Amino acid sequence: MNTTLDFQDASNTAIRYVHEAADQFQKIPGSSIIIRYIQSSYQNDPVRSAVELFLFLFAVYYLLAPTYSTKKATNVPLTDAEIDELVDDWTPEPLAAELTPFEAAENEKRPVIVGPSGPKCRLSNNRIVTNLASFNHYNFIGNESIKESAVKTLRTYGVGPCGPPGFYGTQDVHQKIEADIAAHLGTPASIIYAQSFSTISSVIPAFAKRGDIIVADKAINYAIRKGLQISRCQVHWYEHNNIQDLERVLAKVVKDQSKKKLTRRFIVTEGLFENVGDMIDLPAIVALKHKYKFRIILDETWSYGVLGRTGGGVTEQQNVDAREVDMIIGSLAGSLCAGGGFCAGTEEIVEHQRLSASAYTFSAALPAMLATTASETVRMLQEQPEHINNLRENARAMRAQLDPRSDWVFCSSAPENPVMLLVLKKEVVEARKLSVQAQEELLQEVVDECLRNDVLITRLKAMPPALGVAPNAQGWQPPPALKVCVTTGLSKKEIEKAGITIRHAITKIMTRRK
Amino acid sequence: MPIRIPFASSPPAPSSPLDTLNEKAPIHVQRPASQRANKRISQFFSTSPKSRTTTDAPALHAAQQQQQQQGQFGPPSPAINPATLSLPTINLTTATGEKSKLQGNQPMTLFQPPSPEEVRRQQKAHAAFGPIGSQEHRYSSRYVGPEFPTPVEDEPPYYFVLTTYISYLILIVFGHVRDFFGKRFKQEQYRHLQERDGYAPLNSDFDNFYIRRLQLRINDCFRRPVTGVPGRFITLLDRSSDNFNLSFKLTGTTTETLNMSSYNYLGFAQSEGECADAVEAATKKYGVSFASTRGDVGTSELHLEVEDQVAKFVGKESAMIFSMGYVTNATAFPALVGKGSLIISDELNHSSIRFGARLSGAMIDMFKHNDMRDLERVLRERISQGQPRTHRPWKKILVAVEGLYSMEGTMVNLPGITELKQKYKFNLYVDEAHSIGALGPNGRGVCDYFGVDPASVDILMGTFTKSFGANGGYIAADKAIIDKLRATNAGTIFGETPSPPVLVQIASALKIISGDLVPGQGEERLQRLAFNSRYLRLGLKRLGFIVYGHDDSPIIPVMLYNPAKIPAFSHEMLKRKIAVVVVGYPATPLITSRARFCVSAAHTKDDLDRMLAACDQAGETLQLKFSSGIAGGREPIPDGLTNTEETKIQELKSEGRHPHVVPPRWKLEDIVKRGVQDVKLPLV
Repeated sequence: MNTTLDFQDASNTAIRYVHEAADQFQKIPGSSIIIRYIQSSYQNDPVRSAVELFLFLFAVYYLLAPTYSTKKATNVPLTDAEIDELVDDWTPEPLAAELTPFEAAENEKRPVIVGPSGPKCRLSNNRIVTNLASFNHYNFIGNESIKESAVKTLRTYGVGPCGPPGFYGTQDVHQKIEADIAAHLGTPASIIYAQSFSTISSVIPAFAKRGDIIVADKAINYAIRKGLQISRCQVHWYEHNNIQDLERVLAKVVKDQSKKKLTRRFIVTEGLFENVGDMIDLPAIVALKHKYKFRIILDETWSYGVLGRTGGGVTEQQNVDAREVDMIIGSLAGSLCAGGGFCAGTEEIVEHQRLSASAYTFSAALPAMLATTASETVRMLQEQPEHINNLRENARAMRAQLDPRSDWVFCSSAPENPVMLLVLKKEVVEARKLSVQAQEELLQEVVDECLRNDVLITRLKAMPPALGVAPNAQGWQPPPALKVCVTTGLSKKEIEKAGITIRHAITKIMTRRK
Repeated sequence: MPIRIPFASSPPAPSSPLDTLNEKAPIHVQRPASQRANKRISQFFSTSPKSRTTTDAPALHAAQQQQQQQGQFGPPSPAINPATLSLPTINLTTATGEKSKLQGNQPMTLFQPPSPEEVRRQQKAHAAFGPIGSQEHRYSSRYVGPEFPTPVEDEPPYYFVLTTYISYLILIVFGHVRDFFGKRFKQEQYRHLQERDGYAPLNSDFDNFYIRRLQLRINDCFRRPVTGVPGRFITLLDRSSDNFNLSFKLTGTTTETLNMSSYNYLGFAQSEGECADAVEAATKKYGVSFASTRGDVGTSELHLEVEDQVAKFVGKESAMIFSMGYVTNATAFPALVGKGSLIISDELNHSSIRFGARLSGAMIDMFKHNDMRDLERVLRERISQGQPRTHRPWKKILVAVEGLYSMEGTMVNLPGITELKQKYKFNLYVDEAHSIGALGPNGRGVCDYFGVDPASVDILMGTFTKSFGANGGYIAADKAIIDKLRATNAGTIFGETPSPPVLVQIASALKIISGDLVPGQGEERLQRLAFNSRYLRLGLKRLGFIVYGHDDSPIIPVMLYNPAKIPAFSHEMLKRKIAVVVVGYPATPLITSRARFCVSAAHTKDDLDRMLAACDQAGETLQLKFSSGIAGGREPIPDGLTNTEETKIQELKSEGRHPHVVPPRWKLEDIVKRGVQDVKLPLV
């Protein structure tokens, strides 16, 4: 029959092809091993062969399957023409929003100093004013010996170090100021940053990473907040300067974490608070540190050079061994009238920052002139205690003129703090239902009134709300305040006179409003 | 010619590149015996003054001695004894012009030695800024041509790629073996990585592994302490370690090295000259600080003047300045964009841009380095899709790029980006940290270099740390933007105000560059930098090194690949008294470890020849000459063939195939001989 013949033909050819294929397959090196493997596995366990075959086929299917990205899952598929249309359609907002009237006024009123800054300085409107707004507490700006040593440094080092510290930017003067600060504080080592403001926001992320825990005071300054934001760690807040609340938070954290892997834990706070002016109780915090095993990151930007017998900061003031505090961050740009910031701690802490603190590693080093100036002023503070004594005297005189005598404001700063923050009294704010903005405006008027009487003071500047964030999501906000900075460059009489001017200006503005 | 006070003091010094390596101290270099014994090279190794003076030409002899003196009178190098000054023999070719006012006291002597103080001052000035050798050594940095090319990136033979990976493998395996035994037998050395007394370790064991086991081995190449001016020469404080680089001790001696490491592009790192004089006067008048923030009372006439100057210099309406370049970026982004906005950033952008972008709270996307096609892809996708999840349109899109990339030596494709900007309406932020002062015929950065109108860039940011020899940064933009930033920028509200000496340094450097002060000097600085950049780059390519980046870039990265070559190259250069920066993983991709040279206007051609000679020797010793020639540095085409060969190569390239090119391995003499003229042609 035709069909059977065809069938035989077909089967013969098929067998021939199979044989040929088998021959070809045997020519492939290693094919006999595969055949032996399949045969033996089939004999021993046919199910296993089936599973293996399935896995093999799945692998082939998986490899041939088209790739896909998890990222694009939410994307809407669009054609090129549609995309072009959307691109044409899109109009961005202007890069910078309009100035608010308050901001515009601020820009306009910003005082411009002509000539050197000092206790008495000339402004661009040609008036000579008493300067109670700069951190020139010891009047080191006008000090001739400092100028002389700066010029000497200039003639040896030039101005800029032209490179980051890692690449030939570490000069011997930097090593000297690092040693000077470590010796002054009594820590094993310290590291110098090129700007004070950037120091702590770089120090925190160098140590605290995702998964670590930070317990922070609610009133900490902007730079610390940014450091916390970058570090991406878990942040717990405690009420400003409230040791009981701190202990409550610490205990809670320890309890919550007791079953988890031990992570790095830090308490972050300030020595003298930039936003409030008061002082921390360091011994109590150190005791809590030991009890709950937290490390302390202490921002002494406003207390180093001001507190203590020789300006050594909170640790010196409150008789705490500086080595009990893991990291002390301070400024050389404020009362020391140089530039840059530092972080002091153990060698391990300091060396770690040289590699992983981004503002240190990726920024040019501090100009040599500023480094030697800092060395000089740190030395002067230690060798000439009259600077600090005079400052305390003047601060006391100024405070006496403002705090107890004013019906409208009180001084929230610690008595030792030469930066006096004058906050409107609670009853005044409540009686007049003053919003934060209204308080800012009132205080700005006080500043303007003082300037009319040739006394230059300033306000505590708050950071405007972040772009795209609702104003009520800002968290703790500093209370509006006047900022009066005392200096030894003025005699006690002049300080008292300026204090009276400020008090009268406050009264004038507040009563006029009634 | 206008008079250039600090420059017109030295005659053109004819020199041999090999002699330029001569230094005051002995140099011991191990060379493979198979090297052909070149008489001149062997002369290089002999260090006694006698053999040095046996060179034939008397002019050369004099020039050499002059250089020797320069070496001896670096800024703080100790013990200068006038008696040891080797004065050249009476020779008009080298002594004319120099101190001619002293002539005439003794009629029989044509050359009078200048007083020791004068010599010292002069040498100090020349150690910071070398006098130009010849007016030929100038070039104008400017891009002319149709489309801005992506630089060709050469690849090494597979052997080097493979050995690099194997090297890292060995290092890692060895590191783990050491850790395994160390953690058992030397526990006290690992204490900082373990839980102590209830405190978690500050460093995680895993993160610390790289530093502990890889970087520590070569730690002596980093953070070398220096003293004095980081100018043409830089003085290193010698140090030694007796615990395998864990800590260093200063030995008390110093080494003056040729400075190929500082970002001193225009040579303004000087302790003498107009800038330093102005800074001295300002310091005496103003002190060194304003002890305040810009927001409070840290604004003075100096700040306003510098801001005004900067705005004019970069071609924008308004500018604001900061006391630190890093903070300029870190605070600018949060003040410009926030939630609901998008930042599209080049993948190789600087850490400060990343820091600022993260602080801003805006969404961040990246595109491939300098790849306009990839940028367009990202833009199309992002604009069409809108914000993630909500699909609302973006409020703003800010594209952030750098003018000159500090690790690659590449420049941003500004014409390409501005073209895209017109179509996609995004805002453009250009970080000119390295390019301001260093690029463009007038030193005004990438816009100047490409001839692009600065108005087409929304925000021009830059630093004063590099080209201006000062410190700090600036942002220049339209007045409306700057006014808003002044009121809302954290760097203004909380950051310390720039100090008077720094401001005056910036102001006088800007005045010199734009020709208001000492006319001609600024131009010379710019042109010398452009010449030096191209000269060194071409020379290195011709020697056979793989060099990254664009031709006019003063940043010249030379590829090393194998990790062991990182310290080896650094040491070889230090032996020859040259300070270079070496970088490896994680600052670069794992495989492309590199040495980075930063050229300065303060370098003379002789310095660069000395550099090339040193690289030639180190490259032979360390097997670093492995370029294939596709990135340039080829042998010149013989006259008969002129352009046919070149067109053939171009054709093959356009078809996407690799043309066959002969790997360039020039002799040093030929490079020096042809360099000056070839630099002014397109570099091939």
